[in-house]
Amino acid sequence: MNKHATERIMFGLFRAVALTLVAIVLGLLLFIFARGASVLSLDFLTRPPEQGMLAGGISTPILGTLLIMFLTVVFAIPLGVGAAVFLSEYTDRVDPKIIRVVRLAINNLAGVPSIVYGLLGLGLFVLLMNLRFSVLSASLTLSFLTLPVIIAASEEALRNVPWAYREASLALGATKWETVRNVVLPSALPGIMTACILGLSRAAGETAPLLMTGAAYYLPRFSGNVYRQFMALSTHIFYMATQSPNPDLTRPIQYGTITILLVIVLSMNLVAVLVRSRYRRKMR
Amino acid sequence: MRSVGWREFVITRLIRAAGYSSILFVGMIFIFLLREGAPAVVEIPFDTLFSERWYPIEDYFGILPLIGGSILVTIGAAVVAVPIGLATAIFIAEVAPRWLREILKPLIEVLAGIPSVVYGFIALVLLSGAIQDVFHTTYRLNALNGALILSLMILPTIISIAEDAIVAVPRDYKEASLALGATRWETIRRVTLPASRSGLTVAVMLGLGRAVGETMAVLMATGNSPVVTLNPLSSVETMTAVIAIEMGEVVYGSLHYHALFAVGLLLFVVTFGINLVVDRVVQRSGGARR
Repeated sequence: MNKHATERIMFGLFRAVALTLVAIVLGLLLFIFARGASVLSLDFLTRPPEQGMLAGGISTPILGTLLIMFLTVVFAIPLGVGAAVFLSEYTDRVDPKIIRVVRLAINNLAGVPSIVYGLLGLGLFVLLMNLRFSVLSASLTLSFLTLPVIIAASEEALRNVPWAYREASLALGATKWETVRNVVLPSALPGIMTACILGLSRAAGETAPLLMTGAAYYLPRFSGNVYRQFMALSTHIFYMATQSPNPDLTRPIQYGTITILLVIVLSMNLVAVLVRSRYRRKMR
Repeated sequence: MRSVGWREFVITRLIRAAGYSSILFVGMIFIFLLREGAPAVVEIPFDTLFSERWYPIEDYFGILPLIGGSILVTIGAAVVAVPIGLATAIFIAEVAPRWLREILKPLIEVLAGIPSVVYGFIALVLLSGAIQDVFHTTYRLNALNGALILSLMILPTIISIAEDAIVAVPRDYKEASLALGATRWETIRRVTLPASRSGLTVAVMLGLGRAVGETMAVLMATGNSPVVTLNPLSSVETMTAVIAIEMGEVVYGSLHYHALFAVGLLLFVVTFGINLVVDRVVQRSGGARR
């Protein structure tokens, strides 16, 4: 066979595979959004579940998810950005072998299954530290889980700050920490915001660790108390689809909940991807 | 000036501590799983542990069905996702026009963020029905359903990393090949793909790691019966699913509780191993890992 014909066939095949895949995924999302849109209303967003979760809205899980996202990032950011500052600014007098072990550890944290974080959260926070099934146990667990995401994104942001900035600051007599605090961190702020957004998005979508650290099947209202159990969007989808007394009857509620969760997660991911691609291009 | 030096000292220490904390956390997770999982390994007789029966109510804790379930869905997912993922990565990196690449690349990154529970829902409500219509299966939820939804879920990971690896091949290589009269496809097959081999390996390994550790999508898709089988149309239960399902009803401190931690320990060791291999591959090829 002519080699140009072979090329056309192979490229045609790749194109077909790639475009079919994208079409399937986008088709699924559109299908879910269309189903979800039909139940979305102000009432659905602002009212708690009613009649044994067969009717009503999803205000309780929305507020629970927002609270957990917020706390998770509040716990994870100081440590995550600190670790990123270490990896990008403070490694010059450290043995490269140790740096390798640190990186290996971070990559490992990123690879540990979320259910294992759930075990850690249950054993450590819920039982050992006696925080019980609570918003606090869940957020602390998720902060471990989001840590590698935040470290990676923050480190990339710090490394994108031109060396000349640091040299200028040091030449003016600033100490290392003054340089980091007054020059490097402010310049890297958009990237660190991206890291926050990625952490928030990750925390919003997690399910398995929440099941083990304090997600409730049903609560009459959002308490706002971090020592109490909570409802979250992700676990609400799971419970409604698998353990509701009538999963078929509540299907519209499930599609509505998924739509809200996807809007939260995907919009934040989109912002993060756009911000990152903009400054990646700028630095090139 | 003394106070400035003192502050600098403390802050340097704090930043180093933050950097080293990841090592501490990995160690802590391991020790914790070991502490809670060890009683199960000690107390459950060896031949029970490696038997085919997981039936906690009667104290049967055979982990073979769970390991088998995890392997079956993971291999199934890889068989589907690896060729599709590589084809898509090649398309985005080498074939697609620039405007399309600029859309597809970020799109894939955004899609990587779809939560696992959403995939689980798709498998439970939509995919399972389609599979039953095609194969007329006894079980509506089965290993095939789990493998297919997992493949969809790990595809963004595989595509994204593989595409980066292909794009990272130096331009000179490709130009030299084209200058010798090779077609673009010959160049991809004989030059670009071999040159990006280590990156492609990393893409597949990380995809596998994600598949082994995934919980919600598999839990909602496979029906969760702990049986040893190679039949993709049979219902299976994975290591991750058993923890998520049974931890909710377990008596804390019981043998069952410790057995579930032992399963978690096994999962941790497997993903740790995958990451070590990835680290080796990356080190040997001298590239940086994303």
